[in-house]
Amino acid sequence: MNSPSRTDRSAYRSTVWFQAALLGGATLVTTSLLSLGDLATRDDIALRAEEDLRASIGQVVPAAIHDNNLVEDQRTERFDDGGTITVYRATRDGIPTALAYTVAGPGYSGTIRAIMGVDPQGRILGVRVLAHTETPGLGDKIEVLKDDWILGFDGRSLGDPPAAEWGVKKDGGHFDQFTGATITPRAVVKAVRSGLEFFDRRGQALLAGDVDGSDPAPATTRGDR
Amino acid sequence: MDYRDNASKALWSNNIVLGQTLALCPLLAVTGTATNGLGMGLATTAVLVLSGMLVSALRNLITPEVRIPAFVLIIASVVTLLDMALNAWMHELYKVLGLFVPLIVTNCALLGRAETFASKNPVRESMFDGLMIGTGFLLVLVALGATREIIGSGTLFANAGLLLGERFAFLETTLIPGYRGFLLLVLPAGGFIALAFLMAAKRAIDRRVQRRRGAHAPIDVAAAGARPA
Repeated sequence: MNSPSRTDRSAYRSTVWFQAALLGGATLVTTSLLSLGDLATRDDIALRAEEDLRASIGQVVPAAIHDNNLVEDQRTERFDDGGTITVYRATRDGIPTALAYTVAGPGYSGTIRAIMGVDPQGRILGVRVLAHTETPGLGDKIEVLKDDWILGFDGRSLGDPPAAEWGVKKDGGHFDQFTGATITPRAVVKAVRSGLEFFDRRGQALLAGDVDGSDPAPATTRGDR
Repeated sequence: MDYRDNASKALWSNNIVLGQTLALCPLLAVTGTATNGLGMGLATTAVLVLSGMLVSALRNLITPEVRIPAFVLIIASVVTLLDMALNAWMHELYKVLGLFVPLIVTNCALLGRAETFASKNPVRESMFDGLMIGTGFLLVLVALGATREIIGSGTLFANAGLLLGERFAFLETTLIPGYRGFLLLVLPAGGFIALAFLMAAKRAIDRRVQRRRGAHAPIDVAAAGARPA
């Protein structure tokens, strides 16, 4: 069965040039495939990400109080320390009715990210945890699917409970901790409180659509992300 | 190729986890619940079938000297394409599986099957082998996930509706209402412990089957070519 042509072919196949060309060719083909895959899916993925964002905002800003597209009515605020926050504004008949933005804080085993909605009076419309890496079975009670603890923030504001009680019960505060997990709820309470303090500083200006405010730093307009 | 023999080896005697002790990283990482195990099993099976097909189709082109990097390239591309496709077109599934899909690359079972099977066998056989190895992996994932979920949190197939669609929400059961949970089984250490029990159980069953064969069917042993002691 070993025809001469076959031996020739094997001989040339074992040269280093053929190996290099083979690997190079394989890399070229796979990267082209990946680029095509990216082209085919990029728009859909961006669309899905926006849907996700809208869905999570929808959890903290009731549909009844706005008639605009919150994802499009967004501003990016810049903090003194260089961090940024994206704020989404809800309006109804042109009148601002709520702000929604994400807050974050260090939990027990990583950053906890949450989104919160606040009405013009500074009262919390809702808080939902977007991402966390807390201990399953203990710290994950901050998810609304696992426990209704997070609903305890609804209707709260900076003065209710009083500033001294914006903490978990173990620290003399108002909010429950979980059995076996104090650090996680403490982190969420702190993040929500800092979110309300942000609203206290900038909320009214942002509701009014002011994008050139100077506290904490000149805000940048949309499209800066 | 003997399909039945291949299937029984992949599912039981040479099972990727219980027989070869491979793929432990993704196994222990996701088996906190049966649903997660099922999701990871399905995604891994899909990649095993696709990479088996590609490796087998290209087996005569790829030279032995560069086969390993070529296989790695193929597997990584398949996983990335699957990741993008899931994200774009099966987004609900992606939200549950998204974390696990990139983890598939760390699964040495993929390179192992490409090397030991797909690079030496025709396309159809390689795809079948991928399907069987993947199914064997899936069964262990679900068994381990179910064990940890039942003992750890008293539920079974929690959030199955999110993974498979609302029609499968009936799978979600709370076996022990008001159960306070047994955290150890949910944590990684519990994964190792549960896996050890699972492997011990497999060995015990194997031994019992062997003993029964030895006691009741000596002819089988002789037929299998065993020499008399």
